[in-house]
Amino acid sequence: MSVSITLATTGRILRQLRHDRRTVALLLIVPSLLLSLLYFMYDNAGPTFDRIALVMLGVFPFVIMFLVTSIAMLRERTTGTLERLLTTPLGKLDLLFGYGFAFGLAAAVQGGITVAAAYWLLGLDTAGGIGLVVVIAVVNAVLGVALGLFCSAFARTEFQAVQFLPVVVIPQLLLCGLFVPRGQMSGWLQAVSDAMPLSYAVEALAEVGAHPDATATMWRDLAVVAGAAIIALVLAAATLRRRTP
Amino acid sequence: MESAVEVRDLVVERGRRRVLHGISCAVPAGTVTGLLGPSGSGKTTLIRAVVGAQVVASGSVTVLGQPAGSAALRRTVGYVTQAPSVYADLSVRENARYFATLYGLGAAEADRAVADVGLADAAGQLVGNLSGGQRSRASLACAMIGSPGVLLLDEPTVGQDPVLRADLWAKFHALAGAGTTLLVSSHVMDEAARCDRLLLIRDGRLIGDGTPAAIRASAGTEDLEDAFLRLIRRHEEVAA
Repeated sequence: MSVSITLATTGRILRQLRHDRRTVALLLIVPSLLLSLLYFMYDNAGPTFDRIALVMLGVFPFVIMFLVTSIAMLRERTTGTLERLLTTPLGKLDLLFGYGFAFGLAAAVQGGITVAAAYWLLGLDTAGGIGLVVVIAVVNAVLGVALGLFCSAFARTEFQAVQFLPVVVIPQLLLCGLFVPRGQMSGWLQAVSDAMPLSYAVEALAEVGAHPDATATMWRDLAVVAGAAIIALVLAAATLRRRTP
Repeated sequence: MESAVEVRDLVVERGRRRVLHGISCAVPAGTVTGLLGPSGSGKTTLIRAVVGAQVVASGSVTVLGQPAGSAALRRTVGYVTQAPSVYADLSVRENARYFATLYGLGAAEADRAVADVGLADAAGQLVGNLSGGQRSRASLACAMIGSPGVLLLDEPTVGQDPVLRADLWAKFHALAGAGTTLLVSSHVMDEAARCDRLLLIRDGRLIGDGTPAAIRASAGTEDLEDAFLRLIRRHEEVAA
């Protein structure tokens, strides 16, 4: 790995994003609009809105970055830029971490805007601090990026790539404790839920919601999500082949 | 003459189909060698094997004394794929500068390569807004950055207007004069005459290898297209 190549790759991906103003606008504004929708659904601010909006602050960056990254990486594969990059001194991890940093940074801006809207416009109320929410949102986004990079290896077309959203994201969303508390699920469902990184992200956010200070559970959960992201990046690296048939 | 690229008994299979049937050839250092053959003959596969991007069934490919695709070669081998592999949502300059950093080079080298392919005026434009010919020149510029020792160009002149095509061939010869080895594929026979040496390939088999003059002489005709045809027939007679 080379720091300068990784950073150059991060810069290149951000420059590509900058040329696509509509995507930037959608990335920055849509999560806040969706939260506003929740706000009106639950008759303005209240404990239910607080609980669900907090979970959504973790879910949005995960889902959006998963989708954006899997398409971006698929484009690298289909346009031949990936094959070309792999004939240069660029290391596989340079490329993957480049994506992780670039979209992680985009997620930090997105998270900042969404969290600001949630707390100051929509009256979201949590016991813990705003900063922790942003940190969890960014780590979730990086998890989304890592899984997107990995899953893009199994798609040949954009049609296939978007199909991985229901496969990878929705089960995690259903079992993360948002709809049914994890403790009330049957044993095998709980076991499945325990194996899914988003469950830990949601638990970490709930900890921030309930406690004024960062708890040990929250840090452990965050470490699990970060670990899952790193494992997914390494798996993604294994799918990049310099030689192909 | 010393060889920059040596291919020995190269066999490549795609699925169950054999694409290259035991090709052996050499590309002399500091020359422009043309790889000519119809579409589907295995030109791209051979170039991919030389760059080390192709899984090979058997045989060996050596570039500058090292096995094709080895890490040390990634700095010295430039590769241009047939479809322009540059980022459509970046400008020409941004593309070139990104590829320059991969080789540890700066903006000046990148901008020079862009000027060398005649895109200085379009440097600020998004690649996605360029014409097909400009786009493939942008792709070429990214491979020429930092003057690699070996340049592998897969159909770089397709869709270029005649004046630019002549400019590009002059540029290739200037690079060869400065010591770069170029392997340039084409399916257009009128480009064959511009090469120092030719490799003629058909259905995954090498049917001609030599200077244009030697190939004309061995086929007994002055016209290279005709020479190619005669070599194909001769090859088929031997096979039959």
